[in-house]
Amino acid sequence: MALDDTKKTRDFKVIGTRPDRPDGIDKVTGRARFGADMVLPGMLTGRVLRSPHAHARIRSIDTSKAEALSGVKAVVTRADFDAVPDDMADILDNCMAGEKALYDGHAVAAVAATSAAVARRALKLIEVDCEVLPHVTDVDAAMEADAPVLHDGRQQETVPEGMSQNVIARSEFGHGDVEAGLAKADRVVARTFRTAATHQGYIEPHACVATMSSDGQGDLWVCTQGHYMVRNTCAAILGLEQGQLRVTASEIGGGFGGKTAVFLEPVALMLARKSGRPVKMVMSRSEVLRASGPTSSTSIDVRIGMTKGGRITAGMAELRYQGGAWPGSPVDMGAMSAFAPYDLENVKTIGWDVVTNRPKAAAYRAPGAPMAAFAVESTIDELARGFGLDPLEVRLMNGADEGTKASYGPTYPAIGLKATLEAAKAHPHWTAPLGENQGRGVACGFWFNFGGDTCVSLNITPDGTVTVSEGNPDIGGSRASMTMMAAEELGIPYDQVRTIIADTGSLGQNEVTDGSRVTFAVGLATIEAARAAKREMCRRAAMVWGIDEDAVDWEDGAARPAGPNAGKFPPMTLKEIAAIASNTGGPIAGHHEVNAEGAGVSFATHMVDVELDRETGSTKILRYTVLQDAGKAVHPSYVEGQFQGGAVQGIGWALNEEYIYGKDGVLQNPGFLDYRIPVASDLPMIDTVILEIPNPGHPYGVRGVGETSIVPPLAAIANAVSQAAGVRMTDLPLSPPKVLSALRGNAGA
Amino acid sequence: MVKVLLWGSLAEEAEGQREVQVEAGTLRELLDGLAETFPGLCPELERGVSVSIDGKVYNDAWFTPIHADSEVVLLKRLKGG
Repeated sequence: MALDDTKKTRDFKVIGTRPDRPDGIDKVTGRARFGADMVLPGMLTGRVLRSPHAHARIRSIDTSKAEALSGVKAVVTRADFDAVPDDMADILDNCMAGEKALYDGHAVAAVAATSAAVARRALKLIEVDCEVLPHVTDVDAAMEADAPVLHDGRQQETVPEGMSQNVIARSEFGHGDVEAGLAKADRVVARTFRTAATHQGYIEPHACVATMSSDGQGDLWVCTQGHYMVRNTCAAILGLEQGQLRVTASEIGGGFGGKTAVFLEPVALMLARKSGRPVKMVMSRSEVLRASGPTSSTSIDVRIGMTKGGRITAGMAELRYQGGAWPGSPVDMGAMSAFAPYDLENVKTIGWDVVTNRPKAAAYRAPGAPMAAFAVESTIDELARGFGLDPLEVRLMNGADEGTKASYGPTYPAIGLKATLEAAKAHPHWTAPLGENQGRGVACGFWFNFGGDTCVSLNITPDGTVTVSEGNPDIGGSRASMTMMAAEELGIPYDQVRTIIADTGSLGQNEVTDGSRVTFAVGLATIEAARAAKREMCRRAAMVWGIDEDAVDWEDGAARPAGPNAGKFPPMTLKEIAAIASNTGGPIAGHHEVNAEGAGVSFATHMVDVELDRETGSTKILRYTVLQDAGKAVHPSYVEGQFQGGAVQGIGWALNEEYIYGKDGVLQNPGFLDYRIPVASDLPMIDTVILEIPNPGHPYGVRGVGETSIVPPLAAIANAVSQAAGVRMTDLPLSPPKVLSALRGNAGA
Repeated sequence: MVKVLLWGSLAEEAEGQREVQVEAGTLRELLDGLAETFPGLCPELERGVSVSIDGKVYNDAWFTPIHADSEVVLLKRLKGG
């Protein structure tokens, strides 16, 4: 749906304001019900037995002693699951190991018991006979010809012959002649960058409650980013018809991409099916870190050529991402987005998808892009500073604009990259003085955004209040933004609308809350549902007035005669029309179902100041500014929150967070004491600047904003630390030992 | 005929051509035409692709119209978080 021309000149009444969040009271009083809060009569506790080995062939599993334990009502292994469709095989294999355990923490069995204590005792009674196999957790090591092999026969036709079977796929993007472009450069910088696997770090662990009746009908209460995805996946794995499984999304305590997959849910349903009782499963923090879906660790080679004047003549990146134990790392997204902010004549990226003995990578906010941006933006920074050029000016000179052929293929429509760069240049942060041991970094970021299947139902109650039902869990404030868009379109106050998240039985298919799609796609459907309801209300008013329905307009929350020729009737408000709905034909509703296409791409520029402690190597973030194009900010506070959240997660990724595996392939830091995420006391207030370059594909101009904000921070911080240290930092995280080592190396150089 | 830009490694499966032409008026006809003309593309098409048409990205909307002068770019299937 195209940008609504009428809105370009109309002042929004609700859009762009900052009303109270509809879930605020619930969340500060504890009334909000999260995944672990659901309790059902007769409910059992489910627990999972996990592999202590990184790679092992399972010879047999003896569950008889566990099953004999008093209080145990069901034990599940892979033998309980029938064969599944091909596209579900890896998902099931991750939820419950088949022939091999493929990573430390991989589920091999599960029990349901009358208490957590009994369940824990039962797990100890399960006897697993296995052959421990050699393992590999590093992406470069996994690509070596003699690396331990996880799977045979999974390699795609895109991989050259002779490479390790762990190399699953190769992809290549770009245009022009990179070597010819590099030859025109005054300087070429070639570097290798590495990033560690990180976790999304959501506060709420995975949790669900499953019930399954003897007639095959099931219900699942779950914290997830997509309960329709959960329904479809679980139904396929358990051999159910989708309509027989109703899934209700709980409140969600963060997801950031990590809750776009199933882990416990099919197991809980199988335990419920076997026991005939409701089963609740909640991961511990250790389980979340060991056995949900962190992001990829990466190894990236970059070569970029630049003239003395700052023009990039060519860019090349070869990206290697390990995606855990099954194919599907986000390397394609990294390879497509690496140079997306720039207008380049010669550009090429190659991506390698690699499997290792780690948990399967899940999405993490702009999956694949932050690591690629780290490598490319660091190299551009090094070139710019090497020539004594302003890094912002270099980015402006080379920045993509409307009409630029993107490095991944398409020609950009109107985009906001240069607006963010100009805003950064004009921001007082950019020219503020720096002190001793301090550095300032800047970096740009890009994300695609998308739409997808979406349903919204909007109902007018008899007293004239409005309920909106959407099918996407509210992660970033969608209840507020849908309420605002419905109120804007209907011309009624925000408080007159309530938005709920409907279960899977109440709406048609809805894609997962991901891809920064919800405010765009569900917003679009909400606007169309409201317009459908308005058309019906105009028709009802026309009936009452005895005029043609085409002679009625909707304005400021009321039906009105379209002009003097339509007749002189006082406006009939939404409440008045709702009150007589029974008399004029029955209840009034609007709904809209769509595969929403046309999401607009998004760009951001970040600036950050850091200070290094030369005694300890620790890095302090002094000041941070995010400048991003939101298309149109529906609720600016939520937009700012998305900007700030992405920046903070990026700060953690850049400075501290990493999965640390021992030589035995076992995760060494599965807890928040040893896996260090930033907390409020580590951070300054993140400053934000919202740019609004309307998305031509949305009636109000909305673009998704949830992911782009995590793309620039890794590079921006590394650029700042590199400036402060006087050493180019290429290996994330920039933990104190690494910074100290770099400082000492530099001092001795 | 519609001109379609393929990504680098996909071109290897289309007789080395970065730009190919197929007869198509809709997204579905485009994908069917590509599979028929260049069978080497089938594994990637079956794994799923996104298609940029005049700068807008589409995934599954079969009947999205494509004009002869449209810019059409095949993309790896977009994923998000």
